[in-house]
Amino acid sequence: MKFRNVYFIICLSALLGACGGSEEAESDAAGEPIKVGVLHSLSGSMAISETTLKDTVEMMVDEQNARGGLLGRRLEAVVVDPASDWPLFAERARELLESEQVDVVFGCWTSVSRKSVLPVFEELNGLLFYPVQYEGEESSRNVIYTGAAPNQQAIPAVDYLANEVGIERWVLEGTDYVYPRTTNRILEAYLKEELGVADEDISINYTPFSHSDWQTRVSEIRDFGSEGKATAVVSTINGDANVPFYLELANQEVSAEDIPVIAFSVGEEELSGLDTEPLVGHLAAWNYFQSIESPTNSEFIANWKQRMGADRTTNDPMEAHFIGFNMWVAAVEQAGTTDVDAVLEALPGTETPNLTGGIARLLPNHHLTKPVFIGEVRADGQFDVVWQTDNLVEGDAWTDFLPGSLDTEANWADPAINCGNYNTRTGVCSATNFE
Amino acid sequence: MDDDTFRGIVAELGDANFREKEAIAERLLESGHPGVRDVLTALMDGRVFIGGQSAVAFVVESTAEELAEFTLLDPANQRVLGTSQPSELSRVVTNNQLRRFLRTVVPRFSLASPDAEVRLEAVQQIMRALDATAIELLRARVGLEDDERVLYEIDTALALSMLDEGNSRQRLSAVNTLSDRLHPEVYNRLSVLVGQAEDGSFVEPDADVRRAADEALGGIELARAFYYVLETAFFGLSLGSVLALVAIGLTITFGVMGVINMAHGELMMLGAYTTYVVQLLMPGHLDLSVLVAIPAAFLVAGSAGVLIERTIIRFLYGRPLETLLATFGVSLILQQLVRTVFSPNNRPVVTPTWMSGSLQINEAFSLTYNRMYIVLISLVVFGVLLVVFKHTRIGLDIRAVSQNRLMARAMGVRSEWVDAMTFGLGSGIAGVAGVALSQLTNVGPNLGQSYIIDSFMVVVFGGVGNIWGTLIGGMSIGVVNKVLEPFAGAVLAKILVLVAVILFIQRRPRGLFPQTGRAAEDV
Amino acid sequence: MKTSTRVLSVLFSDRASLGFFGLLAAVAIVVPVLNLAVPASSPLHLSSYVVGLLGKYLCYAILATAVDLVWGFCGILSLGHAVFFALGGYAMGMYLMRQIGTRGVYGHPVLPDFMVFLNWDALPWFWYGFDRFWFALVMVALVPAALAFVFGWLAFRSRVTGVYLSIMTQALSYALMLAFFRNDMGFGGNNGFTDFKELLGFDLQSDGTRSALLVSTVVALAVTVGACRLIVASRAGRVIRSIRDAESRTRFLGYRVESYKLWLFVFSAVLAGVAGALYVPQVGIINPSEFEPINSIEVVIWVAVGGRGTLYGAVAGAVLVNYAKTYFTGALPEFWLYALGAIFVGVTLFLPRGLAGLVPAGSRVE
Repeated sequence: MKFRNVYFIICLSALLGACGGSEEAESDAAGEPIKVGVLHSLSGSMAISETTLKDTVEMMVDEQNARGGLLGRRLEAVVVDPASDWPLFAERARELLESEQVDVVFGCWTSVSRKSVLPVFEELNGLLFYPVQYEGEESSRNVIYTGAAPNQQAIPAVDYLANEVGIERWVLEGTDYVYPRTTNRILEAYLKEELGVADEDISINYTPFSHSDWQTRVSEIRDFGSEGKATAVVSTINGDANVPFYLELANQEVSAEDIPVIAFSVGEEELSGLDTEPLVGHLAAWNYFQSIESPTNSEFIANWKQRMGADRTTNDPMEAHFIGFNMWVAAVEQAGTTDVDAVLEALPGTETPNLTGGIARLLPNHHLTKPVFIGEVRADGQFDVVWQTDNLVEGDAWTDFLPGSLDTEANWADPAINCGNYNTRTGVCSATNFE
Repeated sequence: MDDDTFRGIVAELGDANFREKEAIAERLLESGHPGVRDVLTALMDGRVFIGGQSAVAFVVESTAEELAEFTLLDPANQRVLGTSQPSELSRVVTNNQLRRFLRTVVPRFSLASPDAEVRLEAVQQIMRALDATAIELLRARVGLEDDERVLYEIDTALALSMLDEGNSRQRLSAVNTLSDRLHPEVYNRLSVLVGQAEDGSFVEPDADVRRAADEALGGIELARAFYYVLETAFFGLSLGSVLALVAIGLTITFGVMGVINMAHGELMMLGAYTTYVVQLLMPGHLDLSVLVAIPAAFLVAGSAGVLIERTIIRFLYGRPLETLLATFGVSLILQQLVRTVFSPNNRPVVTPTWMSGSLQINEAFSLTYNRMYIVLISLVVFGVLLVVFKHTRIGLDIRAVSQNRLMARAMGVRSEWVDAMTFGLGSGIAGVAGVALSQLTNVGPNLGQSYIIDSFMVVVFGGVGNIWGTLIGGMSIGVVNKVLEPFAGAVLAKILVLVAVILFIQRRPRGLFPQTGRAAEDV
Repeated sequence: MKTSTRVLSVLFSDRASLGFFGLLAAVAIVVPVLNLAVPASSPLHLSSYVVGLLGKYLCYAILATAVDLVWGFCGILSLGHAVFFALGGYAMGMYLMRQIGTRGVYGHPVLPDFMVFLNWDALPWFWYGFDRFWFALVMVALVPAALAFVFGWLAFRSRVTGVYLSIMTQALSYALMLAFFRNDMGFGGNNGFTDFKELLGFDLQSDGTRSALLVSTVVALAVTVGACRLIVASRAGRVIRSIRDAESRTRFLGYRVESYKLWLFVFSAVLAGVAGALYVPQVGIINPSEFEPINSIEVVIWVAVGGRGTLYGAVAGAVLVNYAKTYFTGALPEFWLYALGAIFVGVTLFLPRGLAGLVPAGSRVE
């Protein structure tokens, strides 16, 4: 009996103790480090992809410290593990902003994790750099989207296939979640309206996460592609489902020359975990490939390999963090403070070099300008760039190909608008098209 | 064309874009130079390089990864010119469209190959893009070709060309020739033939030819439907055999011992990682690796199983719900162990050549080798288990202990030892299933979790402790799933099957083949 | 009068109960005060991060109590209670989504953002009514109850027991998880529901609302534990325990075992649904990963750690294991799965009665 009461008291005091300890007020005096929050899953299903990004941010922080820090202060990375658990992302974000008082956060991979932390960042006025290509249809004051919007990946990819490869029939194959759903809706509209593709020449299908038995679907794709018109698969298949998909394609002897597959979620990191033989010749669309030659890229790769090991690869989301971090540093230097409002004011228009030899500029809608590359998979797990856009493409938060977002724009630089979903037709800060 | 001009044209590949490269390839083809075939083959394989200040083109003998230096050949005559560091050369990059073009023209040089298989492949490739030159070449081969299968394909190709250029009698006979051909090209061509042009006129002016084409199409569609059913059945059986394979080990530990082994999936994962390690240890013998991995995985997973049984499960007999919790803990530890040892990333497992590709029965029906071998593996495992249970001493002991532990002990059976062996056997089979899975899906820490619920469903559906039930249960779930999938989609099909099994268990709580005897009452 | 005396005597007869309810009352009073009234600069101030964390643990405690009721007292090992929890959460989530109104990014007055996103033009029928709080509350209880009733009616009637039942409940949660992941279902697919604005007109982002939610959770937990204690102390409670110990014998004595099990299962599902409904506004998101079979198994382990068949043990186990999880995933993320795995193995092997087993026998609550 006593035992039990003691027990509860220990339990409660442990809880209170945990919070008491983290409540020490942080002073902003010189010499105090600037805290950089890192919110990437280090365990659970997303650890495969996100651990690399945590290492990237840590590398950037160390390099910045080696250059003398920022505003005369040292940078310190505060790493937490949201464990691929979406409610936990929100909880950890609150911990970073409220208890750790970080000045900026680099984090999230999946859309659902971003959606989960978004209210927290808006409530506590934090600053999040989100490094992954995503479905668009969002622009928050407190988030900088350093990955590609659909018009910086999907649409150029389709343009390449239609114009350069002469594809006439399209299979839009995706995992059933919001990114493929939106991307495919945009692509479907684009194919029909801009390229004049007929209804019967588009096949859209969704499979669950980690789908492993692709026999039926690959056979359907093969039949769909055998009707005389050049056919391609636009794949928004996520993570684990890719390996069995490509294996099944190879085993059913569907080659990249017959039906090329262009993927938006398969990069160098993913290829390093599988036998690339069945994938050779298939395509990927990204804003960065490790194989692209430029001085900044060689330096970045060399530093990465020196830090992490010679067999490690670099990929597109890492480049996004590279750009995002440098952009934040530039904005802090310009603002002379890490105060989020001041940094957000300074950020739009900031320019920093990307890794492919160009310049990334932050647009007023909190998206970047990016080049788009199409690569073909080589046997060594790298990509041959077979095509690239002539100019940098401006990230479009709200696509022009969906009726709901046609009149919507985001602009955080124009004080008259200062809104993420401004309706250009009604002049109201709400995307509403529903009077 | 002299050799220098030829070399010059090849060197132009260096600065060309993909369209220009295709034009260059066409110019090379027209040149009739004896080096064309080798250069285009090399271009298709990614073995054409540009090197030096003067941008000279070379063909490289081999680009195998282990080579420190590439051997350079003269594109015009394939003579060895010397060697060079790979870093000093730049490869002429090709894209899919260019390779697709090359793939239809390069085989034109293989039509006279002494190997009938090569000729067959060549004709099939040429048929994908028939033009006047190709038809000319095929026509020239008719008299020279002696292989039946090659002639059959040439016949198809020529009949297809006849539909465009022949008179109505020739067209009719071409349609008749094509009426039993299942090539997609034939079906597409005939479909066009019976259709109407935009102005309402018929594409094929002759009504007899149209009627014949209509009939031919009907026949082809019927044959296709037949093969479609066969294909679906094969898909279902192959999925079913995977399910049965992952569940057989479970039915032994669950059915025979009354242990709910939630770590079963992780034992499969160990088997899959064993395959990876075996491939690392014998890099030169990838074709053999899977055969070596099967016994190795059996031993690794089996010993892990014995270890789990000796340290944890033996304290929990008669408390199945507790074994569920404890083994779930074991599964978490095993997963994290693999993450610590092998990193959280997936590991690449190579498919041996004999397990890749498919067996082409005809143009409309083929069976993938890896799935066929997995069906085979599960049948063999199943057969071996039947023999072990029916005809060996340990099998007898296992059956005795599972039916009445006390009586068996009274008869002198060392029940502790039998328990350890039974659990080891079940775990070892999980390891073998892991080898099979490594050929189908990702080898990573989550491999086990994705199959554990499926395998429990198979065991419960088939009837606990009955390996026949597991086989039939697995196969029926697989086939039903695959029959539903084209209509309902992959997710809904799976949900429907799950719900059907749940409802079935309410009707027959002990599954398809209920266990009888005393043991059944205690579970 | 007589009944209420009996109720009180059941609830507060022993010191453990007094301690438990006293502790809950203290949490309900002290935490909001430390969060709202104590200035942020004071070392005694509790951040809203901790308030949210406590709220989450207590929701899990309600869920653990629900599992303990069926497993600890009736021997039904449900590996599907996360389903009821998630369904309750979804019902509350649907209400919260409807409350967003025109404040969504697309500003549609009726359709939630994800439906606009997927180009739906009308609200699916099963979303009707969720703009009213009372309706959502009814659904929070009714939907888990209905599922538990149908499943339990089928399963208990055909005498699916023991591990078969566990595996069936697991399959059920797997099937529902797959179903809720489908975007075509109309529940937001993988993203689920998030970005809630207000509950009954109170801003969910404000500290006051958060404290109020915590207090509601404490009250719900107190009511849950109290109700469960009343049930197990009643005559029916004795039948329920005899079912756990000897099901066939109880049946032969003439008790309708199926009915007892069914109603207990349904009640437990309702408790889980309520826990889910309290959880969603506090963590701010509900999505199909809540259905994952591993979640249900984790709940069982909380109960096992605390000690099954004790109710208080379940509460303690839930809070303790989750606190350990919060601590270790922060401090040693690599270590957490080893630790969790070791807890599973260790508790089943060495502490079959859980932490409650460490309490001297005389003071146990049974």
